[in-house]
Amino acid sequence: MTLTTDHTRAVADGAHTHGAVKPQGSRAERRTSFSLEDIPIPNGREEEWRFSPADRLQPLFQADLGTSGVTVEVSAAPEVVVETVARDDARLGTAGKPGDRTAVTAWNAFEQATIVTIPKEAVASEVTSVRLTGVSKDATAAHVLVRAERHSEAVVVLDHDGSGTLAETVEIVVEDGAHLTVVSVQDWAAGAVHASSHRARLGRDAKLKHVVVTFGGDVVRVTPDTEFTATGGEVEMVGLYFADTDQHQEHRLFVDHAVPDCKSRVTYKGALQGSGAHTVWVGDVLIRAAAENTDTYELNRNLVLSDGARADSVPNLEIETGEIAGAGHASATGRFDDEQLFYLQARGIPEIEARRLVVRGFFAELIHEIGVPEVEERLLASIEAELEKSMSVITGAPTA
Amino acid sequence: MPTLEIRDLHVSVETKEGPKPILRGVDLTIASGETHAIMGPNGSGKSTLASALAGHPKYTVTSGTATLDGEDLLTMTVDQRARAGLFLAMQYPVEVSGVSVANFLRTAKTAISGEAPKLRTWGKEVKGAMENLRMDPAFAERSVNEGFSGGEKKRHEILQMELFKPRFAILDETDSGLDVDALRVVSEGVNRAKEETDIGILLITHYTRILRYIKPDFVHVFVDGKIAEEGGSELADRLEEEGYDKYLGANKTVSA
Ligand SMILES: Nc1ncnc2c1ncn2[C@@H]1O[C@H](COP(=O)(O)OP(=O)(O)OP(=O)(O)O)[C@@H](O)[C@H]1O
Ligand SMILES: [Mg+2]
Repeated sequence: MTLTTDHTRAVADGAHTHGAVKPQGSRAERRTSFSLEDIPIPNGREEEWRFSPADRLQPLFQADLGTSGVTVEVSAAPEVVVETVARDDARLGTAGKPGDRTAVTAWNAFEQATIVTIPKEAVASEVTSVRLTGVSKDATAAHVLVRAERHSEAVVVLDHDGSGTLAETVEIVVEDGAHLTVVSVQDWAAGAVHASSHRARLGRDAKLKHVVVTFGGDVVRVTPDTEFTATGGEVEMVGLYFADTDQHQEHRLFVDHAVPDCKSRVTYKGALQGSGAHTVWVGDVLIRAAAENTDTYELNRNLVLSDGARADSVPNLEIETGEIAGAGHASATGRFDDEQLFYLQARGIPEIEARRLVVRGFFAELIHEIGVPEVEERLLASIEAELEKSMSVITGAPTA
Repeated sequence: MPTLEIRDLHVSVETKEGPKPILRGVDLTIASGETHAIMGPNGSGKSTLASALAGHPKYTVTSGTATLDGEDLLTMTVDQRARAGLFLAMQYPVEVSGVSVANFLRTAKTAISGEAPKLRTWGKEVKGAMENLRMDPAFAERSVNEGFSGGEKKRHEILQMELFKPRFAILDETDSGLDVDALRVVSEGVNRAKEETDIGILLITHYTRILRYIKPDFVHVFVDGKIAEEGGSELADRLEEEGYDKYLGANKTVSA
């Protein structure tokens, strides 16, 4: 099944933006603010919450989040500077404003932030790792800022483990000519509830590879926003998720093409197994009137491995200029194919191994796109672990 | 001598309206080294026989037996049947994206022989077999059957048959959709397997042209879920001339 958006209509709507009514749910109109009053507690019917389990997220909607439920540990490349700063540090809050309730509660509650800076022209010789570990159930706010100064290069991996209730902000600033890779891995233990607002801002000729990997936790909702501020910017957003019984994993992206000559590529893939497994992918791409020569493509694919799992996939492309280099999207959700299984088994391959082959095959290309060997290896291992879980469910199969 | 023995096999297919009987008492014995051709009109149940023997979950055996070398095939899982020495070259091979042909072949070979093949000799063997079938080495790195043309898929099936060395192979319309050159190349592959191993072959086809390359010892006419007549290779020529009217007519009077 492939969904396509009617681009002609999107263009027509954008052709008379002054005073005209925008298409419903336009990202250009979405309220963003640092103030709690501006973004009240949602009732669940709002566009950005309609797929989410609002009841399970309640603790993170509250204004009085604590700060003690999560510990932060950083192991940095020698070229990289790590600081812990107070919330009034002027560098914080420069990568855009909160766009939903959990983003605004996170912003207003954190006391200290972790800033990872890759200094001007530095090339990090190894991966910098930021580990957030959940240590209690107390609803907690955390703030991380990754700054790649002009012409620097680095890979920063954020890990989330343990179990906690976390509203998090990850600010990403990629200055002119810098090349930054940020990987965020949500590998929580059971019970974790996590809402994370990633806000990235790219300068001239800046490149960001943004990778999101979600395996664990009860509810994980990641909302990466990317904004181009000067020409020549390029973002590659890659996501991989694997939801089990009763897990809710939501990824909502927004790419804001506000300036000309920028490029975005979004590729998210997910697998689901077990009853009540629910994944949501929403990809909003806005090409504003000024953003001529934009080149964008987004893709989401889901593989449903067992009954009772549900994948929602909503690509949404809004185009306000006719002068684009390319714009497209694709979305498809398919069930595990019994004919594939039969084919592989008919070649002597046992069912469990055949399923592994198919799922690994589904993710293979995406994993290679990440380009960080240690992350790729860990991912393959996590996928194996997920498959182990599913096999124990599936092996009601005949054994003769 | 090892045999594939099918006795009074009745098979139904699962449909939305419930099980629908397709095979109505198939009797067939294939000994090692023998080549049997099955010919019959569309929808007569030839692929059903092939799939049911391979263990496709869509088909239910309602009565009868199928044994390979005395062992009951019907209680085995699909993969156990393959490891017992049964191979099915499918009429419509399935695409498996993200799984390379090289990885697939190695994984299957390992499963079938119970140990990983020696890296060096295996690589050579695969390369040689691909050359014989005029397959570009680049296929090794492509995803299984993905974007393969009809003819390329069929070569890939025969490639597997040559590499896995089964004891019995069912070729379901392997000749359909092949051009003259491909037909020859694929037939040579089957004949190589016959020379090198003592493979027994069940060849399902609509056309006698493949039988000019692969000589059948027996020809069976398959009509309405069972074998209606048996003979030598001369039967194939007669079928090509006369068609199946004779059998269909007879059948109609019976069921009317
Ligand atoms: N899922 C199904 N529902 C209903 N009928 C089915 C189903 N699957 C197979 N059949 C029927 O079973 C019969 C036998 O099909 P089969 O594919 O075995 O024929 P075949 O002899 O291989 O034909 P062909 O020469 O066209 O390949 C056909 O009439 C087909 O329509
Ligand atoms: Mg058929």
